Amino acid sequence: MSSMFPLIVSGAEARRRGNRLIGPIDLQLEGKGATVVVGPNGSGKTTLLNLLHGTVRLARGHVQWQVNTEDARRMQSFVFQRPVMLRRSVIDNLAYPLVIRGQSARTAREAAASWAERIGLSAMKDRSATSLSGGEQQKLALARALITEPVVLFLDEPSASLDGRATRDIENLLLEQKAAGTRIIMSTHDMGQAKRLADDVVFLCNGHVAEKTSAAEFFAQPATLQAQAFLNGDIVE
Amino acid sequence: MVDLWDGLVQAVWLMASLDAELADIAARSLYVTLTALVVACALAFPLAAYLAVRRFRARRTIIAILNALMGLPPVVVGLIVYLLLSRSGPFGVLGLLFTPTAMIIAQVLIMVPLIASIAHQSLRDLWQEYHDLLISMNVTQGQKLRTLLWDARRALLTAALAGFGRGIGEVGAIMIVGGNIDNVTRVLTTAIALETGKGEFALALALGFILIGLTIAVNLLIHWLGQTEREGRW
Ligand SMILES: Nc1ncnc2c1ncn2[C@@H]1O[C@H](COP(=O)(O)OP(=O)(O)O)[C@@H](O)[C@H]1O
Ligand SMILES: [Mg+2]
Repeated sequence: MSSMFPLIVSGAEARRRGNRLIGPIDLQLEGKGATVVVGPNGSGKTTLLNLLHGTVRLARGHVQWQVNTEDARRMQSFVFQRPVMLRRSVIDNLAYPLVIRGQSARTAREAAASWAERIGLSAMKDRSATSLSGGEQQKLALARALITEPVVLFLDEPSASLDGRATRDIENLLLEQKAAGTRIIMSTHDMGQAKRLADDVVFLCNGHVAEKTSAAEFFAQPATLQAQAFLNGDIVE
Repeated sequence: MVDLWDGLVQAVWLMASLDAELADIAARSLYVTLTALVVACALAFPLAAYLAVRRFRARRTIIAILNALMGLPPVVVGLIVYLLLSRSGPFGVLGLLFTPTAMIIAQVLIMVPLIASIAHQSLRDLWQEYHDLLISMNVTQGQKLRTLLWDARRALLTAALAGFGRGIGEVGAIMIVGGNIDNVTRVLTTAIALETGKGEFALALALGFILIGLTIAVNLLIHWLGQTEREGRW
């Protein structure tokens, strides 16, 4: 299952118009648990996740999965900070990734219906997805990402603009998913959430990996001054 | 002087008496414009979607040309199609000049830039919205285009309606390539032009009211189709 790990990142850089956004990044991720990427705004969390996922072009270096790129992409899903809703019904949003992968409309809709049930959107499954609340949209986006049974699930600040309840629903789903063996790689600015979900932490600062340790260690005793300041809530440059 | 009232009365009378010639002319108007619309949409929608998602060198130029052609004078289109289809022209052997087919060809040329421009705008906005998601899901080029066309279908309907409006009321091009031949290529607009020229203002007005009624009916019908879909599936 997790034969795509370890993920080896070496000297990876993302650039835009000649400016380096992040990197060079060296990182190795093993195939279990949840890695949470934290760091100040603009430190490069979104860019790093996209670089790993393959949706930001690698300007230099390598991002190496243990399977070929095409298979690796098929085994990943990505949940964005702001959910992207297809202008279709809830059920059709859920079914979409399966239809794209060639499943028949019927089996896709059956799977979609069972996911709608699971995230508590059964009653709204024929409503337009764009009419859902922010929390419902993010839950739908998460279910749509999970419906293909990805080996790796990326999430970029999935509950950045959600209230407590929606956040809890999403975290519960993530914990279930983690227990079932899905590899989670996510960013967050919510340290409570990081503590609740993380097995290990990648701390980004100015586009560099300043620290990568187990979550327990990171929160108890951050090694770098920047991480200490960040956890204290100081402004980190 | 004839007044609007006379025209209205005559229009009602013509319709109430199910005037055979009138029905024939109105049906031909619809046939020509709706056929042209279907062909124009089949060309314009994929073109618009392609322009919305692909980055290639000539893209901006093509969009600029389409936008410019939106305001293309129909008479000029008519003239060009006339020259192409006339006996000595490159397609003269087909013998299409002064047939409804020639009128359809001219209307397709008039509609495509308009429909493609309007469709392109909404497809481009939708693509901006969907971009990250579809890239992340690794969809194929064809799936991408189909997804955009399907999810923008309401906006595409609006584009098609604009095309229909331009076609059904157009007179310059179809007059030149169709020739306004009785029972063959005469449609509502060319008949109006003819009757006005003959001084038959009441009849011309009556035809005008029927043209307006037809346009409204088609618009309502299409609007209603979109509405039922929203209630049914959304
Ligand atoms: N599209 C972009 N154009 C220019 N700069 C960008 C773009 N996206 C991100 N950046 C820059 O890259 C850096 C990292 O951004 P990002 O990955 O969004 O950080 P984070 O998610 O941690 O807030 C920032 O300095 C940001 O300004
Ligand atoms: Mg971010």
